[in-house]
Amino acid sequence: MSRAVVQLQHITKTYDGLAAVDDLSLEVFAGEFLTLLGPSGCGKTTILRLIAGFEAPDRGDIRIDDVRVNALPPNRRDVNTVFQSYALFPHMNVFDNVAFGLKLKGLQRNAVAERVRDVLEMVQLGGMETRRVTQLSGGQQQRVAFARAVVNEPLVLLLDEPLSALDYRLRKEMQLELKRLHRQLGITFIFVTHDQEEAITMSDRIIVMNQGRVEQSGSPKQIYEEPANLFVARFVGEINTFDGSVEAAGADWLTVRIHGTDFRLVNKRGFRSGDPVKVLLRPEDLQIQKTEPADGKPSLAGAVEELIYKGSTVDVIVRLTDGKPVYVTEFFNENAAYIFYERGQKVWLRWIDRWEVVLPDA
Amino acid sequence: MTRHRFFTRFYLGFIFVFLYLPLLVLIVYSFNQSRYSTNWTGWTLHWYRSLWDNTLLLDAAVNSLIVAGISSVTATAIGTLAAVAFYRYRFIGRKVLYSLVYVVMMSPDIVMGISLLIFFMLVGLPIGFQTLLLSHITFCLPFVVVTVYARISGFDPRVIEAARDLGAGEFQTFRYILLPLLMPAVVSGWLLSFTLSLDDVIVSFFVTGPTFEILPLKIYSMVRLGVKPEVNALSTVLFGFTLIMVTLSQLLVKERKR
Repeated sequence: MSRAVVQLQHITKTYDGLAAVDDLSLEVFAGEFLTLLGPSGCGKTTILRLIAGFEAPDRGDIRIDDVRVNALPPNRRDVNTVFQSYALFPHMNVFDNVAFGLKLKGLQRNAVAERVRDVLEMVQLGGMETRRVTQLSGGQQQRVAFARAVVNEPLVLLLDEPLSALDYRLRKEMQLELKRLHRQLGITFIFVTHDQEEAITMSDRIIVMNQGRVEQSGSPKQIYEEPANLFVARFVGEINTFDGSVEAAGADWLTVRIHGTDFRLVNKRGFRSGDPVKVLLRPEDLQIQKTEPADGKPSLAGAVEELIYKGSTVDVIVRLTDGKPVYVTEFFNENAAYIFYERGQKVWLRWIDRWEVVLPDA
Repeated sequence: MTRHRFFTRFYLGFIFVFLYLPLLVLIVYSFNQSRYSTNWTGWTLHWYRSLWDNTLLLDAAVNSLIVAGISSVTATAIGTLAAVAFYRYRFIGRKVLYSLVYVVMMSPDIVMGISLLIFFMLVGLPIGFQTLLLSHITFCLPFVVVTVYARISGFDPRVIEAARDLGAGEFQTFRYILLPLLMPAVVSGWLLSFTLSLDDVIVSFFVTGPTFEILPLKIYSMVRLGVKPEVNALSTVLFGFTLIMVTLSQLLVKERKR
């Protein structure tokens, strides 16, 4: 793995006695697109502010490029921030906003003009130099905020939910554009969001946070497919949670009884007979069968309760015989150009071996 | 609908007549030939000429402008910095101090005057220009603080953080971000101070002596012997001066906004 450009070591930050960040440690590697994902109030923005230097930690050390920066003011840290509210300077035009950092560094006028022009070109705002920032659309303001930060070529770019104020289409567009700019610039990005879809789309690595702690760190695929705990599983994407109990267990297998049916699953976490567990299944991993499977393999019986057409998919809510609702997503494809179930129709649910996630019942 | 509109316009007009009619009467009478203000006997510029020859009155006017100029600029500088400090820094007693600013603004002039006089006597400062200037700075200060603070507290604090983030130190943030954004409030705070200082009678009455006379006090002592048309002329000149000042400041603020 490459060099760590930002290191947080046992950071604690409290506001009025409440810990916003609680003994948290993390490393950010050079060039990566790291996303801090979590519900509001989980401490993700606080971490960004700690790295930027707007807040000081109560305990622990912050290191940027292997230098302890705890006491360094924001203007002397080699990081720049894109704010959620953009925080553009309303009394300056686009050029002056973007040139602000370079002018403070004492760059020559010509060099400033050239760099600003290049960056504005890059964010597709070429020719807008003399516009007042108050006259720009939300998307354009977003680009100016981004240009104003990256023009300084910081070691790390901090992005605090920069897309949350944009409408859905523009947000999708900007997600791809930010990814492109990240590749093009080679700057390390630390991106904060509460939108799990956004995190999965954009990141090289995601750190899922809750109540000031790290719940899981991993690639989007790992976070989605191998959630480390129930919080991550429930926060990232839709998921069905089944209560189960381990009936028998071996070194690499276990039998779990779910809603009265025994399933043979993979034992990845050393469960033992008698352990209560949660078995997690994504809606798209479940399959609906219209007849009781004849191969003798286990399935969960239920009845179709609701059918929700979503365009490219159909969501089906199946109520198991003991009353638990289960969400299933079916895709249209060459085998299923037409998906239809009667309400109340009896169906059986199963899934492909090994696609389940088994977690201890905390 | 139209009747309703007619009524609202008429009503607005009535308010302005109420506000400006007395001033208009004063201006017209400043051109009156009659020595006794209430009778109209014909047009003249005599009172303006005799005003011009009245060195005592002109000296007082110049003194007033000097005091108003220095005190308003000083109060604006200190008040702006104070407002910024109230906004930027969290320190013990911040709220109490800010409330005290209001207390000074609300306390009756007569109390201010007497207390300042006693204070100056206590520290042994001779009554005159210095004491007058200090007093004017003192009573103008809260108005600047309140005006500037009202504007600054509407700011997105992230804008200041953005400046710091982009490499600006405390002073650069103030110089390039805060001050330009605060300018309209600073200008109106200054204008308010200037006019307050220029027309103060009560506080000045206590804190200045015969060595340094200012216009409002001079006029006050003159009208005790009856309103002379000269005073009308002087008031008209002052009103014209105010008009120019207000127009200028409005234009300045507008220019900044564009």
